[in-house]
Amino acid sequence: MLDVNNVTKIFNRGNINEKVALTGLSLHLDPGDVVTIIGSNGAGKSTLLNVVAGVFPIDKGEILIEGRAVHKEPEHVRAAYIGRVFQDPNLGTAASMTIEENLALALRRGNRLGLRRGTGKKRRELFRERLKLLGLGLEDRLTTKVGLLSGGQRQALTVIMATIAAPKLLLLDEHTAALDPKTAQTVLELTEQVIAQEQLTTLMVTHNMEQALRVGNRTIMMHEGRIILDIKGAKRQNMKVSDLLQMFEKASGKTFANDRMLLSN
Amino acid sequence: MSLAFLPGALEQGLLWGPMVLGVYLTFRVLDFPDLTVDGCFTLGAATAARLILMDQDPLLATLVAVLVGALAGLITGFLHTQLKIAPLLAGILTMIGLYSINLRVMGAANLSLLRIDTTITKIENAGLPEQFAAGVLGIAVCLLVLFLLYIFLQTELGLAIRATGDNEQMIRSLGVNTNTTKMIGLALANALCALSGALVAQYQSYADIGMGIGMIIVGLASVIIGETLIGNPTLLRALIAAIIGSIIYRVVIATVLQMGLPSTDLKLLTALIVTVALAFPVIRSRYSSSLPFLGKGEVRARRQ
Repeated sequence: MLDVNNVTKIFNRGNINEKVALTGLSLHLDPGDVVTIIGSNGAGKSTLLNVVAGVFPIDKGEILIEGRAVHKEPEHVRAAYIGRVFQDPNLGTAASMTIEENLALALRRGNRLGLRRGTGKKRRELFRERLKLLGLGLEDRLTTKVGLLSGGQRQALTVIMATIAAPKLLLLDEHTAALDPKTAQTVLELTEQVIAQEQLTTLMVTHNMEQALRVGNRTIMMHEGRIILDIKGAKRQNMKVSDLLQMFEKASGKTFANDRMLLSN
Repeated sequence: MSLAFLPGALEQGLLWGPMVLGVYLTFRVLDFPDLTVDGCFTLGAATAARLILMDQDPLLATLVAVLVGALAGLITGFLHTQLKIAPLLAGILTMIGLYSINLRVMGAANLSLLRIDTTITKIENAGLPEQFAAGVLGIAVCLLVLFLLYIFLQTELGLAIRATGDNEQMIRSLGVNTNTTKMIGLALANALCALSGALVAQYQSYADIGMGIGMIIVGLASVIIGETLIGNPTLLRALIAAIIGSIIYRVVIATVLQMGLPSTDLKLLTALIVTVALAFPVIRSRYSSSLPFLGKGEVRARRQ
Protein backbone atom coordinates (compact mmCIF):
# COMPACT_ATOMS: atom_id res chain seq x y z
CA MET A 1 0.00 0.00 0.00
CA LEU A 2 2.54 2.52 1.18
CA ASP A 3 6.25 1.99 0.72
CA VAL A 4 8.77 4.43 2.08
CA ASN A 5 12.16 3.24 0.82
CA ASN A 6 15.38 4.51 2.31
CA VAL A 7 14.17 8.11 2.55
CA THR A 8 16.49 10.84 3.74
CA LYS A 9 15.35 14.38 4.43
CA ILE A 10 17.79 17.12 5.36
CA PHE A 11 16.69 20.63 6.28
CA ASN A 12 18.93 23.66 5.63
CA ARG A 13 21.47 21.59 3.78
CA GLY A 14 24.99 22.99 3.83
CA ASN A 15 23.95 25.58 6.33
CA ILE A 16 25.01 25.93 9.97
CA ASN A 17 21.43 24.99 10.89
CA GLU A 18 21.59 21.76 8.91
CA LYS A 19 19.31 19.17 10.43
CA VAL A 20 18.92 15.59 9.28
CA ALA A 21 15.25 14.89 9.93
CA LEU A 22 14.98 11.45 8.33
CA THR A 23 17.95 9.11 7.97
CA GLY A 24 17.44 6.41 5.35
CA LEU A 25 14.04 5.59 6.75
CA SER A 26 12.08 2.64 5.36
CA LEU A 27 8.52 1.67 6.17
CA HIS A 28 6.05 -0.69 4.54
CA LEU A 29 2.31 -0.58 5.15
CA ASP A 30 -0.17 -3.25 4.07
CA PRO A 31 -3.65 -2.22 3.01
CA GLY A 32 -5.78 -1.54 6.07
CA ASP A 33 -2.79 -1.11 8.39
CA VAL A 34 -3.38 1.48 11.09
CA VAL A 35 0.01 2.49 12.41
CA THR A 36 0.53 4.75 15.39
CA ILE A 37 3.79 6.69 15.55
CA ILE A 38 5.44 7.85 18.74
CA GLY A 39 8.82 9.32 19.45
CA SER A 40 10.77 11.96 21.31
CA ASN A 41 10.89 15.63 20.38
CA GLY A 42 12.36 16.17 16.93
CA ALA A 43 12.39 12.46 16.12
CA GLY A 44 11.01 13.17 12.65
CA LYS A 45 7.41 12.01 13.13
CA SER A 46 5.79 15.03 11.53
CA THR A 47 8.50 15.18 8.87
CA LEU A 48 7.67 11.60 7.91
CA LEU A 49 4.01 12.52 7.44
CA ASN A 50 4.94 15.67 5.57
CA VAL A 51 7.25 13.95 3.08
CA VAL A 52 4.60 11.32 2.42
CA ALA A 53 2.07 14.10 1.81
CA GLY A 54 4.53 16.00 -0.38
CA VAL A 55 4.84 19.14 1.73
CA PHE A 56 8.64 18.84 1.48
CA PRO A 57 10.62 17.18 -1.30
CA ILE A 58 12.90 14.36 -0.15
CA ASP A 59 16.67 14.31 -0.60
CA LYS A 60 17.09 10.57 -1.16
CA GLY A 61 14.98 7.45 -1.53
CA GLU A 62 11.51 6.88 -2.89
CA ILE A 63 7.90 6.82 -1.79
CA LEU A 64 5.35 4.53 -3.42
CA ILE A 65 1.61 4.39 -2.99
CA GLU A 66 0.07 1.21 -4.37
CA GLY A 67 3.32 0.60 -6.19
CA ARG A 68 3.37 3.98 -7.92
CA ALA A 69 6.24 6.34 -7.22
CA VAL A 70 4.75 9.57 -5.92
CA HIS A 71 7.72 11.35 -4.37
CA LYS A 72 8.15 13.64 -7.37
CA GLU A 73 4.51 14.67 -7.49
CA PRO A 74 3.65 18.05 -5.98
CA GLU A 75 1.53 18.18 -2.86
CA HIS A 76 -1.73 19.06 -4.59
CA VAL A 77 -1.44 16.07 -6.93
CA ARG A 78 -0.74 13.61 -4.12
CA ALA A 79 -3.60 15.12 -2.16
CA ALA A 80 -5.95 13.28 -4.51
CA TYR A 81 -5.33 10.08 -2.60
CA ILE A 82 -4.12 11.29 0.78
CA GLY A 83 -6.45 12.60 3.49
CA ARG A 84 -4.84 14.69 6.21
CA VAL A 85 -5.80 16.05 9.61
CA PHE A 86 -3.45 18.52 11.29
CA GLN A 87 -2.87 19.22 14.95
CA ASP A 88 -4.22 22.77 14.74
CA PRO A 89 -7.99 22.65 14.15
CA ASN A 90 -7.72 25.96 12.29
CA LEU A 91 -5.54 24.42 9.59
CA GLY A 92 -7.98 21.85 8.32
CA THR A 93 -10.95 24.06 7.57
CA ALA A 94 -11.69 27.42 5.94
CA ALA A 95 -13.17 29.64 8.66
CA SER A 96 -14.94 32.17 6.47
CA MET A 97 -16.80 29.46 4.56
CA THR A 98 -19.81 27.43 5.63
CA ILE A 99 -19.76 23.81 6.78
CA GLU A 100 -21.30 22.61 3.51
CA GLU A 101 -18.86 24.64 1.41
CA ASN A 102 -15.92 23.10 3.26
CA LEU A 103 -17.38 19.62 2.78
CA ALA A 104 -18.04 20.29 -0.90
CA LEU A 105 -14.36 21.00 -1.48
CA ALA A 106 -13.39 17.90 0.48
CA LEU A 107 -15.81 15.76 -1.49
CA ARG A 108 -14.19 16.82 -4.76
CA ARG A 109 -10.67 16.10 -3.49
CA GLY A 110 -8.37 15.36 -6.38
CA ASN A 111 -11.01 15.95 -9.04
CA ARG A 112 -11.02 18.77 -11.54
CA LEU A 113 -13.08 21.58 -10.15
CA GLY A 114 -15.64 22.86 -12.56
CA LEU A 115 -18.45 25.36 -12.73
CA ARG A 116 -20.92 23.06 -11.06
CA ARG A 117 -22.58 24.35 -7.94
CA GLY A 118 -20.57 23.12 -4.97
CA THR A 119 -23.51 22.34 -2.72
CA GLY A 120 -26.42 20.75 -4.54
CA LYS A 121 -29.36 18.99 -2.94
CA LYS A 122 -27.89 15.51 -3.34
CA ARG A 123 -24.57 16.53 -1.85
CA ARG A 124 -26.30 18.18 1.10
CA GLU A 125 -27.96 14.88 1.91
CA LEU A 126 -24.62 13.12 1.86
CA PHE A 127 -23.11 15.84 4.08
CA ARG A 128 -25.96 15.52 6.58
CA GLU A 129 -25.58 11.78 6.68
CA ARG A 130 -21.83 12.03 7.32
CA LEU A 131 -22.17 14.77 9.91
CA LYS A 132 -24.72 12.72 11.84
CA LEU A 133 -21.89 10.33 12.68
CA LEU A 134 -20.42 13.05 14.84
CA GLY A 135 -23.47 13.41 17.04
CA LEU A 136 -22.68 17.10 17.40
CA GLY A 137 -25.77 18.42 15.67
CA LEU A 138 -23.70 19.88 12.82
CA GLU A 139 -26.02 18.23 10.28
CA ASP A 140 -28.55 20.95 11.05
CA ARG A 141 -26.03 23.76 10.68
CA LEU A 142 -24.80 23.24 7.13
CA THR A 143 -24.82 26.96 6.34
CA THR A 144 -23.04 28.01 9.53
CA LYS A 145 -19.59 29.50 9.00
CA VAL A 146 -16.92 27.13 10.27
CA GLY A 147 -15.24 29.99 12.14
CA LEU A 148 -18.17 29.97 14.55
CA LEU A 149 -17.51 26.36 15.61
CA SER A 150 -15.40 25.28 18.58
CA GLY A 151 -11.95 23.73 18.10
CA GLY A 152 -13.34 20.25 18.76
CA GLN A 153 -16.20 20.69 16.33
CA ARG A 154 -13.80 21.97 13.68
CA GLN A 155 -11.45 19.05 14.19
CA ALA A 156 -14.32 16.57 14.01
CA LEU A 157 -15.39 18.24 10.78
CA THR A 158 -11.83 17.97 9.47
CA VAL A 159 -11.86 14.21 10.11
CA ILE A 160 -15.05 13.95 8.06
CA MET A 161 -13.47 16.14 5.35
CA ALA A 162 -10.30 14.06 5.24
CA THR A 163 -12.24 10.84 4.75
CA ILE A 164 -15.36 11.77 2.76
CA ALA A 165 -13.69 11.19 -0.62
CA ALA A 166 -12.33 7.74 0.33
CA PRO A 167 -8.57 8.46 0.35
CA LYS A 168 -6.07 5.64 -0.10
CA LEU A 169 -4.09 6.87 2.85
CA LEU A 170 -5.03 8.85 5.96
CA LEU A 171 -2.40 10.93 7.78
CA LEU A 172 -3.18 12.13 11.29
CA ASP A 173 -0.64 14.46 12.86
CA GLU A 174 -1.41 14.62 16.60
CA HIS A 175 -4.88 15.61 15.59
CA THR A 176 -6.31 15.44 19.10
CA ALA A 177 -3.40 17.12 20.87
CA ALA A 178 -4.84 20.64 20.84
CA LEU A 179 -8.24 19.60 22.19
CA ASP A 180 -9.48 19.30 25.76
CA PRO A 181 -9.43 15.69 27.03
CA LYS A 182 -13.13 15.03 26.60
CA THR A 183 -13.31 16.45 23.08
CA ALA A 184 -10.07 14.66 22.20
CA GLN A 185 -11.68 11.39 23.22
CA THR A 186 -14.76 12.09 21.08
CA VAL A 187 -12.69 13.02 18.04
CA LEU A 188 -10.47 9.95 18.48
CA GLU A 189 -13.47 7.63 18.76
CA LEU A 190 -14.94 9.17 15.64
CA THR A 191 -11.62 8.71 13.83
CA GLU A 192 -11.42 5.05 14.79
CA GLN A 193 -15.00 4.52 13.70
CA VAL A 194 -14.42 6.07 10.27
CA ILE A 195 -11.13 4.21 9.78
CA ALA A 196 -12.83 0.90 10.58
CA GLN A 197 -15.84 1.67 8.40
CA GLU A 198 -13.83 2.73 5.35
CA GLN A 199 -10.91 0.36 6.09
CA LEU A 200 -8.46 3.19 5.65
CA THR A 201 -4.72 2.66 5.70
CA THR A 202 -3.60 5.14 8.32
CA LEU A 203 -0.50 6.74 9.80
CA MET A 204 -1.24 8.42 13.10
CA VAL A 205 1.26 10.44 15.09
CA THR A 206 0.31 10.69 18.73
CA HIS A 207 1.85 11.98 21.93
CA ASN A 208 -0.19 9.65 24.07
CA MET A 209 1.56 6.31 24.65
CA GLU A 210 -1.49 4.57 25.98
CA GLN A 211 -3.38 5.69 22.90
CA ALA A 212 -0.51 4.58 20.67
CA LEU A 213 -0.82 1.04 21.97
CA ARG A 214 -4.59 0.90 21.98
CA VAL A 215 -5.42 2.40 18.58
CA GLY A 216 -4.60 0.55 15.37
CA ASN A 217 -2.74 -2.69 14.76
CA ARG A 218 0.86 -1.59 14.82
CA THR A 219 3.06 0.95 16.63
CA ILE A 220 6.36 2.36 15.50
CA MET A 221 8.69 4.45 17.59
CA MET A 222 11.00 6.98 16.00
CA HIS A 223 14.22 8.46 17.25
CA GLU A 224 16.61 10.82 15.46
CA GLY A 225 15.07 10.24 12.05
CA ARG A 226 14.94 6.47 12.30
CA ILE A 227 12.42 3.84 13.23
CA ILE A 228 13.87 2.17 16.33
CA LEU A 229 10.90 0.01 17.30
CA ASP A 230 8.19 -1.67 15.27
CA ILE A 231 5.65 -3.54 17.34
CA LYS A 232 2.66 -5.52 16.14
CA GLY A 233 0.63 -8.65 16.72
CA ALA A 234 0.49 -10.49 20.00
CA LYS A 235 3.55 -8.76 21.35
CA ARG A 236 1.80 -5.43 21.03
CA GLN A 237 -1.42 -6.62 22.62
CA ASN A 238 0.19 -7.46 25.92
CA MET A 239 2.37 -4.40 26.04
CA LYS A 240 2.10 -1.69 28.63
CA VAL A 241 3.33 1.90 28.50
CA SER A 242 6.12 1.09 30.95
CA ASP A 243 7.34 -1.73 28.70
CA LEU A 244 7.35 0.66 25.81
CA LEU A 245 9.45 3.20 27.71
CA GLN A 246 11.90 0.50 28.71
CA MET A 247 12.20 -0.70 25.14
CA PHE A 248 12.82 2.83 24.01
CA GLU A 249 15.67 3.30 26.46
CA LYS A 250 17.22 0.04 25.41
CA ALA A 251 16.92 0.78 21.70
CA SER A 252 18.10 4.39 21.79
CA GLY A 253 20.39 4.38 24.81
CA LYS A 254 18.63 7.50 26.05
CA THR A 255 15.75 8.35 28.32
CA PHE A 256 12.56 9.24 26.62
CA ALA A 257 12.14 12.97 26.14
CA ASN A 258 8.88 14.30 24.83
CA ASP A 259 7.54 17.11 26.96
CA ARG A 260 3.98 16.68 25.97
CA MET A 261 4.08 12.92 26.22
CA LEU A 262 5.48 12.94 29.72
CA LEU A 263 3.03 15.58 30.82
CA SER A 264 0.06 13.75 29.44
CA ASN A 265 0.84 10.35 30.94
CA MET B 1 -27.02 72.91 0.12
CA SER B 2 -28.33 71.73 -3.21
CA LEU B 3 -28.75 68.00 -3.68
CA ALA B 4 -28.33 68.22 -7.44
CA PHE B 5 -25.07 66.29 -7.15
CA LEU B 6 -26.77 63.14 -5.87
CA PRO B 7 -27.80 61.53 -9.18
CA GLY B 8 -24.30 62.06 -10.54
CA ALA B 9 -22.74 60.49 -7.44
CA LEU B 10 -25.11 57.54 -7.73
CA GLU B 11 -24.15 57.00 -11.38
CA GLN B 12 -20.47 57.16 -10.55
CA GLY B 13 -20.87 54.77 -7.65
CA LEU B 14 -22.54 52.25 -9.93
CA LEU B 15 -20.07 52.60 -12.81
CA TRP B 16 -17.13 52.24 -10.41
CA GLY B 17 -18.96 49.30 -8.78
CA PRO B 18 -17.34 46.48 -10.79
CA MET B 19 -13.91 47.87 -9.88
CA VAL B 20 -14.86 47.78 -6.19
CA LEU B 21 -16.05 44.20 -6.58
CA GLY B 22 -12.68 43.44 -8.16
CA VAL B 23 -10.87 44.94 -5.18
CA TYR B 24 -13.14 42.98 -2.85
CA LEU B 25 -12.25 39.84 -4.77
CA THR B 26 -8.50 40.32 -4.43
CA PHE B 27 -8.21 41.93 -1.01
CA ARG B 28 -10.92 40.09 0.84
CA VAL B 29 -11.67 36.85 -0.99
CA LEU B 30 -8.22 36.00 -2.30
CA ASP B 31 -6.32 37.81 0.47
CA PHE B 32 -4.00 39.15 -2.22
CA PRO B 33 -3.31 42.91 -2.05
CA ASP B 34 -3.32 43.50 -5.78
CA LEU B 35 -2.11 46.90 -6.96
CA THR B 36 -2.54 46.03 -10.63
CA VAL B 37 -5.90 47.80 -10.27
CA ASP B 38 -4.44 51.29 -10.79
CA GLY B 39 -2.94 50.44 -14.16
CA CYS B 40 -5.73 48.10 -15.13
CA PHE B 41 -8.50 50.67 -14.69
CA THR B 42 -6.72 52.97 -17.14
CA LEU B 43 -6.02 50.02 -19.41
CA GLY B 44 -9.74 49.31 -19.65
CA ALA B 45 -10.47 52.97 -20.37
CA ALA B 46 -7.68 53.26 -22.92
CA THR B 47 -8.60 50.08 -24.76
CA ALA B 48 -12.29 50.94 -24.98
CA ALA B 49 -11.63 54.56 -26.00
CA ARG B 50 -9.14 53.62 -28.67
CA LEU B 51 -11.40 50.96 -30.17
CA ILE B 52 -14.40 53.29 -30.15
CA LEU B 53 -12.34 55.93 -31.91
CA MET B 54 -11.44 53.27 -34.48
CA ASP B 55 -15.16 53.00 -35.21
CA GLN B 56 -15.66 49.75 -33.39
CA ASP B 57 -18.94 49.00 -31.71
CA PRO B 58 -18.80 50.46 -28.17
CA LEU B 59 -20.16 47.26 -26.67
CA LEU B 60 -17.49 45.21 -28.41
CA ALA B 61 -14.86 47.75 -27.32
CA THR B 62 -16.00 47.33 -23.72
CA LEU B 63 -15.81 43.54 -24.00
CA VAL B 64 -12.30 43.68 -25.42
CA ALA B 65 -11.31 45.99 -22.55
CA VAL B 66 -12.57 43.36 -20.10
CA LEU B 67 -10.49 40.64 -21.75
CA VAL B 68 -7.38 42.81 -21.81
CA GLY B 69 -7.94 43.54 -18.13
CA ALA B 70 -8.06 39.81 -17.39
CA LEU B 71 -4.76 39.47 -19.22
CA ALA B 72 -3.18 42.12 -16.99
CA GLY B 73 -4.38 40.13 -13.96
CA LEU B 74 -2.78 37.01 -15.40
CA ILE B 75 0.54 38.82 -15.71
CA THR B 76 0.48 39.75 -12.03
CA GLY B 77 -0.53 36.17 -11.27
CA PHE B 78 2.35 34.83 -13.31
CA LEU B 79 4.85 37.12 -11.56
CA HIS B 80 3.61 35.92 -8.20
CA THR B 81 2.94 32.22 -8.72
CA GLN B 82 5.69 31.31 -11.18
CA LEU B 83 8.43 33.83 -10.41
CA LYS B 84 7.61 33.93 -6.68
CA ILE B 85 7.50 37.72 -6.50
CA ALA B 86 5.63 39.01 -3.44
CA PRO B 87 2.00 39.97 -4.14
CA LEU B 88 2.43 43.71 -3.51
CA LEU B 89 5.50 43.93 -5.70
CA ALA B 90 4.03 41.76 -8.45
CA GLY B 91 1.06 44.13 -8.65
CA ILE B 92 3.25 47.23 -8.67
CA LEU B 93 5.44 45.83 -11.44
CA THR B 94 2.43 45.17 -13.66
CA MET B 95 0.98 48.56 -12.79
CA ILE B 96 4.15 50.39 -13.78
CA GLY B 97 4.52 48.37 -16.96
CA LEU B 98 0.91 49.12 -17.84
CA TYR B 99 1.60 52.87 -17.69
CA SER B 100 3.71 52.61 -20.83
CA ILE B 101 1.35 50.15 -22.42
CA ASN B 102 -1.60 52.45 -21.76
CA LEU B 103 0.23 55.30 -23.48
CA ARG B 104 0.88 53.07 -26.45
CA VAL B 105 -2.73 51.92 -26.58
CA MET B 106 -4.00 55.48 -26.55
CA GLY B 107 -1.19 56.93 -28.65
CA ALA B 108 -1.52 60.08 -26.52
CA ALA B 109 -1.91 61.00 -22.85
CA ASN B 110 -5.64 61.40 -23.32
CA LEU B 111 -8.37 60.63 -25.81
CA SER B 112 -11.62 62.52 -26.15
CA LEU B 113 -14.86 60.71 -26.88
CA LEU B 114 -16.96 63.86 -27.17
CA ARG B 115 -19.71 63.65 -29.79
CA ILE B 116 -18.79 60.05 -30.48
CA ASP B 117 -21.10 57.09 -30.10
CA THR B 118 -20.56 55.20 -26.85
CA THR B 119 -22.55 52.57 -24.97
CA ILE B 120 -24.26 55.41 -23.13
CA THR B 121 -25.30 57.37 -26.22
CA LYS B 122 -26.54 54.07 -27.64
CA ILE B 123 -28.84 53.67 -24.69
CA GLU B 124 -30.02 57.25 -25.17
CA ASN B 125 -30.67 56.56 -28.83
CA ALA B 126 -32.74 53.56 -27.83
CA GLY B 127 -35.22 56.02 -26.39
CA LEU B 128 -34.19 56.41 -22.76
CA PRO B 129 -34.15 59.98 -21.41
CA GLU B 130 -30.62 61.32 -21.41
CA GLN B 131 -30.44 61.91 -17.66
CA PHE B 132 -31.18 58.24 -16.90
CA ALA B 133 -28.93 56.55 -19.44
CA ALA B 134 -25.77 56.28 -17.35
CA GLY B 135 -27.71 55.31 -14.24
CA VAL B 136 -29.61 52.56 -16.02
CA LEU B 137 -26.40 51.25 -17.56
CA GLY B 138 -24.73 51.29 -14.15
CA ILE B 139 -27.59 49.43 -12.48
CA ALA B 140 -27.74 46.86 -15.27
CA VAL B 141 -23.99 46.23 -15.22
CA CYS B 142 -23.80 46.04 -11.43
CA LEU B 143 -26.74 43.63 -11.19
CA LEU B 144 -25.31 41.44 -13.92
CA VAL B 145 -21.81 41.36 -12.42
CA LEU B 146 -23.20 40.82 -8.93
CA PHE B 147 -25.35 37.93 -10.10
CA LEU B 148 -22.60 36.23 -12.10
CA LEU B 149 -20.04 36.67 -9.34
CA TYR B 150 -22.43 35.36 -6.71
CA ILE B 151 -23.14 32.25 -8.77
CA PHE B 152 -19.49 31.76 -9.68
CA LEU B 153 -18.23 31.99 -6.11
CA GLN B 154 -20.51 29.10 -5.19
CA THR B 155 -19.32 26.79 -7.93
CA GLU B 156 -16.62 24.26 -7.08
CA LEU B 157 -14.02 26.48 -8.69
CA GLY B 158 -15.37 29.54 -6.90
CA LEU B 159 -15.26 27.73 -3.56
CA ALA B 160 -11.65 26.74 -4.23
CA ILE B 161 -10.75 30.38 -4.94
CA ARG B 162 -12.38 31.49 -1.70
CA ALA B 163 -10.63 28.73 0.22
CA THR B 164 -7.29 29.79 -1.30
CA GLY B 165 -7.64 33.19 0.33
CA ASP B 166 -8.90 31.72 3.58
CA ASN B 167 -6.63 28.75 4.20
CA GLU B 168 -4.09 27.95 1.54
CA GLN B 169 -2.62 24.94 3.31
CA MET B 170 -6.04 23.36 3.69
CA ILE B 171 -7.10 23.77 0.10
CA ARG B 172 -3.75 22.46 -1.14
CA SER B 173 -4.16 19.43 1.11
CA LEU B 174 -7.48 18.90 -0.70
CA GLY B 175 -5.67 18.64 -4.02
CA VAL B 176 -6.17 22.11 -5.43
CA ASN B 177 -3.34 23.87 -7.22
CA THR B 178 -3.46 27.26 -5.52
CA ASN B 179 -1.38 28.82 -8.30
CA THR B 180 -4.28 28.19 -10.65
CA THR B 181 -6.93 29.53 -8.30
CA LYS B 182 -4.87 32.68 -7.69
CA MET B 183 -4.43 33.25 -11.42
CA ILE B 184 -8.15 32.87 -12.06
CA GLY B 185 -9.05 35.15 -9.18
CA LEU B 186 -6.62 37.84 -10.33
CA ALA B 187 -7.81 37.61 -13.93
CA LEU B 188 -11.41 37.98 -12.82
CA ALA B 189 -10.73 40.90 -10.49
CA ASN B 190 -8.77 42.80 -13.10
CA ALA B 191 -11.36 42.08 -15.77
CA LEU B 192 -13.92 43.75 -13.51
CA CYS B 193 -11.59 46.65 -12.92
CA ALA B 194 -11.03 47.15 -16.64
CA LEU B 195 -14.80 46.98 -17.17
CA SER B 196 -15.21 49.92 -14.81
CA GLY B 197 -12.44 51.79 -16.61
CA ALA B 198 -14.12 51.24 -19.97
CA LEU B 199 -17.51 52.36 -18.67
CA VAL B 200 -16.12 55.41 -16.89
CA ALA B 201 -14.26 56.54 -20.01
CA GLN B 202 -17.51 56.40 -21.96
CA TYR B 203 -19.36 58.15 -19.14
CA GLN B 204 -16.84 60.99 -18.90
CA SER B 205 -16.29 61.07 -22.67
CA TYR B 206 -12.54 60.83 -22.29
CA ALA B 207 -9.77 58.48 -21.29
CA ASP B 208 -6.75 59.88 -19.50
CA ILE B 209 -3.42 58.28 -18.59
CA GLY B 210 -3.82 59.41 -14.97
CA MET B 211 -7.40 58.31 -14.38
CA GLY B 212 -6.42 55.11 -12.57
CA ILE B 213 -4.09 56.70 -10.02
CA GLY B 214 -5.16 55.84 -6.49
CA MET B 215 -7.90 53.52 -7.75
CA ILE B 216 -6.82 50.84 -5.31
CA ILE B 217 -7.44 53.21 -2.40
CA VAL B 218 -10.82 54.25 -3.79
CA GLY B 219 -11.70 50.56 -4.07
CA LEU B 220 -10.50 49.79 -0.56
CA ALA B 221 -12.34 52.79 0.90
CA SER B 222 -15.54 51.61 -0.77
CA VAL B 223 -15.09 48.02 0.41
CA ILE B 224 -14.48 49.15 3.99
CA ILE B 225 -17.42 51.58 3.97
CA GLY B 226 -19.66 48.81 2.68
CA GLU B 227 -18.41 46.29 5.25
CA THR B 228 -18.90 48.74 8.09
CA LEU B 229 -22.41 49.81 7.11
CA ILE B 230 -23.84 46.66 5.55
CA GLY B 231 -21.63 43.93 7.03
CA ASN B 232 -20.64 40.62 5.49
CA PRO B 233 -22.40 37.77 7.28
CA THR B 234 -23.20 36.07 3.99
CA LEU B 235 -21.53 36.08 0.60
CA LEU B 236 -24.43 37.86 -1.11
CA ARG B 237 -24.51 40.55 1.52
CA ALA B 238 -20.76 41.09 1.25
CA LEU B 239 -21.01 41.54 -2.53
CA ILE B 240 -23.93 43.97 -2.24
CA ALA B 241 -22.02 45.82 0.49
CA ALA B 242 -19.17 46.46 -1.95
CA ILE B 243 -21.52 48.14 -4.46
CA ILE B 244 -23.32 50.16 -1.78
CA GLY B 245 -19.91 51.15 -0.40
CA SER B 246 -18.94 52.38 -3.84
CA ILE B 247 -22.07 54.54 -4.05
CA ILE B 248 -21.69 55.95 -0.55
CA TYR B 249 -18.05 56.76 -1.21
CA ARG B 250 -19.07 58.82 -4.26
CA VAL B 251 -21.80 60.58 -2.28
CA VAL B 252 -19.30 61.47 0.45
CA ILE B 253 -16.83 62.79 -2.13
CA ALA B 254 -19.52 64.79 -3.94
CA THR B 255 -20.71 66.22 -0.64
CA VAL B 256 -17.30 67.47 0.47
CA LEU B 257 -16.69 68.93 -2.99
CA GLN B 258 -20.04 70.67 -2.74
CA MET B 259 -18.95 72.04 0.63
CA GLY B 260 -15.97 73.70 -1.00
CA LEU B 261 -13.06 71.24 -0.77
CA PRO B 262 -10.72 71.82 -3.73
CA SER B 263 -10.85 68.78 -5.99
CA THR B 264 -7.07 68.58 -5.91
CA ASP B 265 -7.33 67.55 -2.24
CA LEU B 266 -9.52 64.55 -3.00
CA LYS B 267 -6.78 61.92 -3.00
CA LEU B 268 -5.55 63.12 0.38
CA LEU B 269 -9.08 62.91 1.75
CA THR B 270 -9.51 59.37 0.39
CA ALA B 271 -6.20 58.30 1.90
CA LEU B 272 -7.32 59.71 5.25
CA ILE B 273 -10.68 57.92 5.09
CA VAL B 274 -8.96 54.58 4.44
CA THR B 275 -6.35 55.20 7.15
CA VAL B 276 -9.00 55.96 9.75
CA ALA B 277 -11.08 52.97 8.71
CA LEU B 278 -8.08 50.61 8.88
CA ALA B 279 -6.84 52.05 12.16
CA PHE B 280 -10.20 52.14 13.89
CA PRO B 281 -10.10 48.63 15.41
CA VAL B 282 -6.60 49.23 16.79
CA ILE B 283 -7.49 52.62 18.22
CA ARG B 284 -10.61 51.18 19.74
CA SER B 285 -8.78 48.38 21.51
CA ARG B 286 -6.00 50.63 22.75
CA TYR B 287 -8.11 53.43 24.13
CA SER B 288 -11.37 51.71 24.94
CA SER B 289 -10.93 52.16 28.69
CA SER B 290 -10.47 55.89 28.49
CA LEU B 291 -12.89 56.39 25.63
CA PRO B 292 -15.79 54.05 26.41
CA PHE B 293 -17.93 55.48 23.62
CA LEU B 294 -15.72 53.65 21.15
CA GLY B 295 -17.28 50.38 22.15
CA LYS B 296 -15.78 47.06 23.19
CA GLY B 297 -12.04 46.86 23.35
CA GLU B 298 -11.47 43.89 21.16
CA VAL B 299 -9.56 44.02 17.93
CA ARG B 300 -12.02 42.61 15.48
CA ALA B 301 -10.47 39.63 13.79
CA ARG B 302 -10.66 39.91 10.04
CA ARG B 303 -12.09 36.46 9.94
CA GLN B 304 -13.89 34.85 12.81
